[in-house]
Amino acid sequence: MKATKVHIEKDGSGDVTLTLEEPEDMWHAYNLIRPNDIIRASAIRRVVTESVTGAATSKKIHTYLTIKVTTLDFDAAASQLHVSGRVSEENDFVRLGAHHTLDLELQRSFRLEKAEGWDSVGIEQLKDAVDTKSRAELWAVVMEEGLANICVITEYQTKLVQQVNQTMPKKRAIGDDHAKSLRKFYGILFETLSRQIDLNNTPIDQIKPILLASPGFAAQNFLNYIKTLQQTSNGKTLGALIAKITVTHSSSPNVSALAEVLKSPAVLSKLGDTKFARETKLIDSFYESIRKDDGKAWYGPNEVMVCVNKGAVGRGGGVLLISNSLFRSNDVDERKKWIALVDKVKLEEGGEVRVLSEAHESGKRLEALGGVAAMLTYPIFDLDEDDEGGDGDPAG
Amino acid sequence: MSNRRVKAVGYEDDYDEYEEEEEYEDGEDGRTANELSAEDQELMLLNTVKVKSLLGEDFIATDQEIQDALWHYFYDVEKSVTYLKNLKRPFTTPKKSKENPVSRFDQATHAAEANIKHTEGKSNTSTAKSKNGTVVNGVTKDVAGMSVKDSSTSKHKNLNVVEEFKKANMKAAASFVVVGHVDHGKSTLMGRLLYDLKVVDEASMERLRRESKKIGKSSFALAWVMDATTDERERGVTVDIATNHFETEKTRFTILDAPGHQDFIPNMIAGASQADFAVLVIDASTNSFESGLRGQTREHAMLVRSMGVQRLIVAVNKMDMCDWSHDRFTEIQQQMSRFLEIAGFASSSISFIPCAGLTGDNITKPVTDIQNAAWYTGPTLVSELDNAEPTKRALDKPLRMTISEVFRTSPNNPISVSGKLDAGSLQAGDTVTIMPSSERAIVKSLTADNYPADWAVAGQIAVLNLADIDPIHLKHGDIICHPSTAIKNIKSFTAKILAIDHVMPMFVEVHRGPLHVAGKISGLVATLDKASGNVVRKKPKVIQPGAVARVIVELEREMPLEAPSKVILRSEGRTVAAGLVEE
Ligand SMILES: Nc1nc2c(ncn2[C@@H]2O[C@H](COP(=O)(O)OP(=O)(O)OP(=O)(O)O)[C@@H](O)[C@H]2O)c(=O)[nH]1
Ligand SMILES: [Mg+2]
Repeated sequence: MKATKVHIEKDGSGDVTLTLEEPEDMWHAYNLIRPNDIIRASAIRRVVTESVTGAATSKKIHTYLTIKVTTLDFDAAASQLHVSGRVSEENDFVRLGAHHTLDLELQRSFRLEKAEGWDSVGIEQLKDAVDTKSRAELWAVVMEEGLANICVITEYQTKLVQQVNQTMPKKRAIGDDHAKSLRKFYGILFETLSRQIDLNNTPIDQIKPILLASPGFAAQNFLNYIKTLQQTSNGKTLGALIAKITVTHSSSPNVSALAEVLKSPAVLSKLGDTKFARETKLIDSFYESIRKDDGKAWYGPNEVMVCVNKGAVGRGGGVLLISNSLFRSNDVDERKKWIALVDKVKLEEGGEVRVLSEAHESGKRLEALGGVAAMLTYPIFDLDEDDEGGDGDPAG
Repeated sequence: MSNRRVKAVGYEDDYDEYEEEEEYEDGEDGRTANELSAEDQELMLLNTVKVKSLLGEDFIATDQEIQDALWHYFYDVEKSVTYLKNLKRPFTTPKKSKENPVSRFDQATHAAEANIKHTEGKSNTSTAKSKNGTVVNGVTKDVAGMSVKDSSTSKHKNLNVVEEFKKANMKAAASFVVVGHVDHGKSTLMGRLLYDLKVVDEASMERLRRESKKIGKSSFALAWVMDATTDERERGVTVDIATNHFETEKTRFTILDAPGHQDFIPNMIAGASQADFAVLVIDASTNSFESGLRGQTREHAMLVRSMGVQRLIVAVNKMDMCDWSHDRFTEIQQQMSRFLEIAGFASSSISFIPCAGLTGDNITKPVTDIQNAAWYTGPTLVSELDNAEPTKRALDKPLRMTISEVFRTSPNNPISVSGKLDAGSLQAGDTVTIMPSSERAIVKSLTADNYPADWAVAGQIAVLNLADIDPIHLKHGDIICHPSTAIKNIKSFTAKILAIDHVMPMFVEVHRGPLHVAGKISGLVATLDKASGNVVRKKPKVIQPGAVARVIVELEREMPLEAPSKVILRSEGRTVAAGLVEE
């Protein structure tokens, strides 16, 4: 994402003009834009005009519209963001207050003005969004015999792009059936994967690293299958493709297994220190602390609030883990509460704040814990003793 | 000389071209070895075993006859069986029995054969069998030879299956799952058992020996009886459940040989869900037992217990590795007893049998190393298996049959499913509903506990040949029901769980038998008192291992599930809890 104009005053007022450059930017826009914000972008509007003869004609008009946001609709798989709201600046084609949905588009700019002003979290998010350096991206296939999930993993998101599914005869149908349908399955999987990575039209050096992960031998067997293809045809391309493939272990063929895949040594050594690997490690160390039962890890909105207020999430190891989604709440007060918490930990307590993307597996695990967790500098016990019926429980 | 070339004697029936062939000469067998491709040989070998077990004891055919039939019918097991059954209608007046020659590999086996029935060439055992009356779920001998075509148009007979079952007074049947840490010798032990009981014949065994040697895996020859896929054989690791059958005087057994490797626990769970009891195999050699106890010896034991298995036979295996040391056996027995009792097994339902699968000691026959093993006077593994209590059957409940495999038996039966009837009963001609798809199908014909049958009841493992359904609606883990009493699909439920690891709101895979669905524990309702079930603390933050709690589980997609099903919750390759669905 490119910021072409930035006008942010000390008090947080002002606006920025941004250009979306790649699909991932939709995700950033989704996090930056909140209800009540004012957004101006190009729009297509259907306008009905009446001719002198009285016949009505309808035509599409390209125009710029300014709307006050009511809802956001993000389609992660298609990387599309639809922003709905009410027109806040009248023009020749629309009247004030009319309903409109803007479909943000790549390579087009939009202007954003924050209703509540630019807060610390918003400014951080903006920084992340325009920082296009060092963005890791890779393909991951988590699989078993007969099932594969083809995913693309970006800095901020894990997207399931396609699932390949085939009922496999089991051992009973021995002899040929098993091996035959396995070959068929690998064939379909390879075709699907090639289509997804656009193998035929993409210079091989531009193809992102590919991770194959499975319990047992399925991932390795699939790589072996690709190697046999290499001998029969298209040797050079496939050779280069094979060089991009890393095989690793996962405990299941489910997308959620990517969390463990991403922190595996094989992946770390290949991709270096990525945001998603860091996030996964953070959640792991949180779980680890819970397992030790040392009173130094708490989760859930109320508990974390209490811990922060007791000064346990500060300098010397205090970490606040908070999910992106909390800042997207439709409730202004709710949003402000979390931003205040972040500011308190960061500025007053001197602790660390990590905002996790809930579009990654690690972030989803945090979501399951209520979206917020903390690792403390000193133990606190029995926080849950008198917690009855509060909103402390994420499912409550 | 192996027994497979000796023509079985003792029946007067209508032979056709086989009549002439008095005696098959032994030696490197002609066609199967020389003319068939490796794949075909493999198929021939496996199908021979299948045909033989399908024929049971009342239809005795030599391997040559079976293989000729298979050859003729292009390896179609069902057609071959039908053909052979027609060929060899059970005799009523058995003639003189003729003992099989004993192979040089097997001299020692002989001693223990007394109480074992063989499937081949022994009319003495068949006599006993005829007296017992092999009524196999309604298919009497006259109709046992019914042709495949007949079965495809089989009419609904409107049987009162529960009455039929009570009348039938069948021979006891039991299935057991073989579990334990990777490489502790489960498949070898079962391969040995089948070989010593002659379910696997000498020639087949010889072939496995030869082929395993070829790829430097000769120590796995016996395991290859169970391990059949390329992966399994090349890597020497069981991946998926292998199902096999054998019988003793008292009981017809189904073996479910489970994989020990951690990665394949979902398959192990699938197998264990079909089992009446379990055999836990433990490698007695130095350090192996100890590392198993940290690994799947422990996990498998807890899993089978939480899936409802009560009886456990602990096979303390590879005793040859510790020279049948009594001390080692006692040490393992003591440690395991302590652990198993904590895991919830009653001490009276656990037994310990020292054995060695590789050498065949104390499996069907006593230990040969009399000197070192003099201390052991207990039963062999097979006689201990025979002590199985008959399983209770939920006959009057609505039909629930969990599909463990979907496959093609033959061109005539393109869609077959196998699985255990957890509850209820069914009969040929029934219309059934498959959940979660809610699609319907007709049961054309079936086998129950490996015999052709008109009906099947709870506790039996059945193979149903289905019609009028597209196989895309059939997946392993699906549940077969009757339309009016079909199980419902649900997307969330509460469960009473026993925490095995720390439990908090987290992503889990929910396993119910062979079916597993991704989901999450979305809420911790309360921790409960283990004994009374009373609430100890509401809304805990974390449930400690060993504690009992009530949790809410949400599934990613609908799953057919009802109270009081047993589920296993796993996360990142570890079992975190075992639970009972409450609503
Ligand atoms: N010395 C000795 N070795 C044995 C015995 N039983 C099995 N083995 C060896 O142990 C190895 C593993 O045997 P398997 O039968 O494949 O073990 P498993 O438990 O089925 O393994 P998984 O199914 O992969 O978990 C093989 O090399 C066997 O030869 C025994 O009684 N004595
Ligand atoms: Mg095995």
